[in-house]
Amino acid sequence: MVAIATLNRRKIWAIALTMALVAVFAAVACSSGDEDDPTAAPAASAQGQLGGDAKSIAERRGLSDADIEAALKTFTPTGVMDEYLMFSSGGHSGQLHVIGMPSMRLLKTIAVFTPESWQGYGIGSNESEEVLEGGRVNGDEVLWGDTHHPALTETAGEYDGEFVFTNDKANARVAVISLKDFETKQIVKNPITLSDHGATMVTPNSEWVIEGGQYAMPLSGDYAPISDYQEKYRGMVTMWKFDRAAGRIDTTQSFAIELPPYWQDLCDAGKLVSEGWFVCGSFNTEMATGGNQDGNPPFEAGASQADMDYLHVFNIEKAIAARDAGKTVQIQGFPVIPLEVAASDGILHLVPEPKSPHGADVTPGGEYIVVSGKLDPHVTIYSFDKIIAAIAAGPAETDSFGVPVLAFDDVVEAQVEVGLGPLHTQFDNKGYAYTSLFLDSAVARWTLGGPYASLNPDPEWSLITKTQVHYNVGHIAAAEGDTVSPDGKYLVSLNKWSLDRFNLVGPLLPQNFQLLDIEGTGEEMPVIYDMPVGFGEPHYAQIIKADKIHAWEVYPEIGFNPLTGEIDPSATLAGEERVERDGNTVHVYMTAVRSHFTPEHVTVKEGDHVAWHITNIERGLDATHGFAMPGKNVSLSIEPGETITTEFDVTDDGVFPFYCTEFCSALHLEMAGYFLVEPSGS
Amino acid sequence: MTSLAEIKERAFGPRVPREEIFRDPLRFLLPTIFIGVAGILLIISTFFPYWTLEMQAPQFPKGLEIQVYVDEMVGDVHEIDGLNHYIGMRPLSEAGQLERSLSIIMVGVVIGLLVGAVYVHNPCALILTWPAVLWPAIFLGDLFFWMWNFGTHLDEGAAFSNIIDPFTPPIIGQGTVAQFHTNAVWDTGLLIAFGASGLVIVGLILHRRAYKPLLDRVKAERAAEAIPVAEA
Repeated sequence: MVAIATLNRRKIWAIALTMALVAVFAAVACSSGDEDDPTAAPAASAQGQLGGDAKSIAERRGLSDADIEAALKTFTPTGVMDEYLMFSSGGHSGQLHVIGMPSMRLLKTIAVFTPESWQGYGIGSNESEEVLEGGRVNGDEVLWGDTHHPALTETAGEYDGEFVFTNDKANARVAVISLKDFETKQIVKNPITLSDHGATMVTPNSEWVIEGGQYAMPLSGDYAPISDYQEKYRGMVTMWKFDRAAGRIDTTQSFAIELPPYWQDLCDAGKLVSEGWFVCGSFNTEMATGGNQDGNPPFEAGASQADMDYLHVFNIEKAIAARDAGKTVQIQGFPVIPLEVAASDGILHLVPEPKSPHGADVTPGGEYIVVSGKLDPHVTIYSFDKIIAAIAAGPAETDSFGVPVLAFDDVVEAQVEVGLGPLHTQFDNKGYAYTSLFLDSAVARWTLGGPYASLNPDPEWSLITKTQVHYNVGHIAAAEGDTVSPDGKYLVSLNKWSLDRFNLVGPLLPQNFQLLDIEGTGEEMPVIYDMPVGFGEPHYAQIIKADKIHAWEVYPEIGFNPLTGEIDPSATLAGEERVERDGNTVHVYMTAVRSHFTPEHVTVKEGDHVAWHITNIERGLDATHGFAMPGKNVSLSIEPGETITTEFDVTDDGVFPFYCTEFCSALHLEMAGYFLVEPSGS
Repeated sequence: MTSLAEIKERAFGPRVPREEIFRDPLRFLLPTIFIGVAGILLIISTFFPYWTLEMQAPQFPKGLEIQVYVDEMVGDVHEIDGLNHYIGMRPLSEAGQLERSLSIIMVGVVIGLLVGAVYVHNPCALILTWPAVLWPAIFLGDLFFWMWNFGTHLDEGAAFSNIIDPFTPPIIGQGTVAQFHTNAVWDTGLLIAFGASGLVIVGLILHRRAYKPLLDRVKAERAAEAIPVAEA
């Protein structure tokens, strides 16, 4: 006290001011340190810089610096959303998978062509069975599919997050899935062929969904001996008209184009400068017919003889004009532009392409078409401008069906040797293209030229690096990598084989999705995550920025029918539950709420037909109920607000306990009831 | 014979002579302003929730919320009713049905009484303003009644009746019901109504200050008049 008292007032002020200045300086220094100093982060890029526990964990698990970096790039803590969603074909599971990126967490499997009991898809619900009905093949029920190429709807060449299409290669079918509820709304069967591969691809505003065929056959569906292959077998491409407002393909506005009996392969729509056009690759322009049982060369050899096959180039407007002018023929009740019209009306031109190629991919600006040679170590890049010029100049040659063929040298822009077995190409935002190399088990990064050359420091049209993947990559998918504005950042290598990557689970091995970080330039392109795929052989995937999708949390209103998008006529609110008899049809109007069905007893007579309508009257997120009826092959998923109907014939008397299959509450087991079937004589 | 004006004066208190208003306009304007603003605030308060109950539980990461207005209940009522059936509580919509249906009319009546209080220049004005002063307390009392009524009259046949003892959720602050943490908040509407109460009280004091002297004067005059009559 004495000391303070002895200080005069001026000294006290000086000390106080100095201390205040020091405090302000310290605060500024600390706060700027938090923002700028990378070493301030708890986990740095190298093991040696990790904090105590993290370092010992990394040592104990034998993690390298690269492993730690990969973990830091992909680890997504609980409750944190992924930046991207990948829609991956489910291959011969017949489904579509939704995977979060960069975490590579499988979020959902959307039932498409194959019944799926969790979603109650094709297991008793009228709504889903109506969708599957659309996929009947020659009248027969086909309850699986081989999904290959999902296509998100686009607006001005950008994914808009509204719908996604996918195809079934095995039966030539196309499905429409709404991204409001992630449910399949429609399946259309191609009326004139039985296999497709160039599907599904959309035009830049999704007016058209392209479905290119694969194995040529008589489009009439009739028998023709294979010796008549060149005369009677044909390829085709179908233009499905998409009615976005209805959320359905309008089959009445759709049509097909007859093609030579080459085996058409992947297609891609033009965009920006090439909008209004689309291309499809092909192989087996040799028109080999196989027959190794008779000593003929097998398809694999016969279809691989020629050095060149044909890229098919289509003009959409001219096709529509021919359709509108009535230049179609009806085949199996479907309008088809005959091959000679396609040739004479400028709808179709052929461009030589080496050799048994696979992917045909249009660059983001639409200027180039990249064709991967499959049996040729190059990617061949065609200039769209040159194709237009060559078409205008009038091609000198035709193929044996009279289709004009452009001269290879007139239209090619560049060729880049990338490695063995090139299949598919994707793009980023830095002027790089990425091509999968099946035989090399690698992803190649190479540079585009022209308007893309200035986007990176590397020389144009040259191979920059290859990253090994594990193993035998098919498709690759980059973040928004086939839109007009790819994001770069991530690329997924959809590997066919996993071999030694995962624990052995019997002879049928999972496949392997490998995530690559393509944020860098030059040779930096590491694999940062392996995701085992134990559900079929996926083909293509598309990766959309997650914030473009605006899905429903619950159905918009109680009594909503997801298929019609309207209140279901059988919607039942609390207090309206009842059982009504109409002749020998018994209508059950039931509600489901945690944790009871109302009514809990339903009594009918043997021989009745039951139409059971259930409305989930919940509005809470996750308050989904299931409905399982033993012995009737009925499993329903009734999401909050949804009304669903199942119908079945009652053939046996007896007592059938039904119950809710979702663990909807602590009293989930009590959410049950009895379906009582009296003998018909009683 | 007493004139009509005289009856009016006896019932509603003395009228203010014009010259007195001009001499000190603020004195007579202020109580009217305070009481008038209180009335407007009371109307405004009906557009805001009076009481909000927030509920947090592990499986409701966004929480549940119910907001009570004088005339309606909004928020996760459907969801909360769904949960309440486990403990045998009646649907919330059954609580305070009469009060909610009459509340807007009641606000009108309360404001009508306030307007009356402005014109009544005697102690009766105090009685006319009581409903407005007590309005928020009446709301809270009614709320407490229904909370008690619902929480202590649970259906004993309900699934979780053995887990939950009858209870009255707090009408302000934190509470716990099963796995839910509840937080009851006196919300904007109620705070505005309290504000209106305060304004009415201040208005009344000013009212008394403005008219008491007049009233006293009139009483004195009457007394003066009355004395000779008695003497006669």
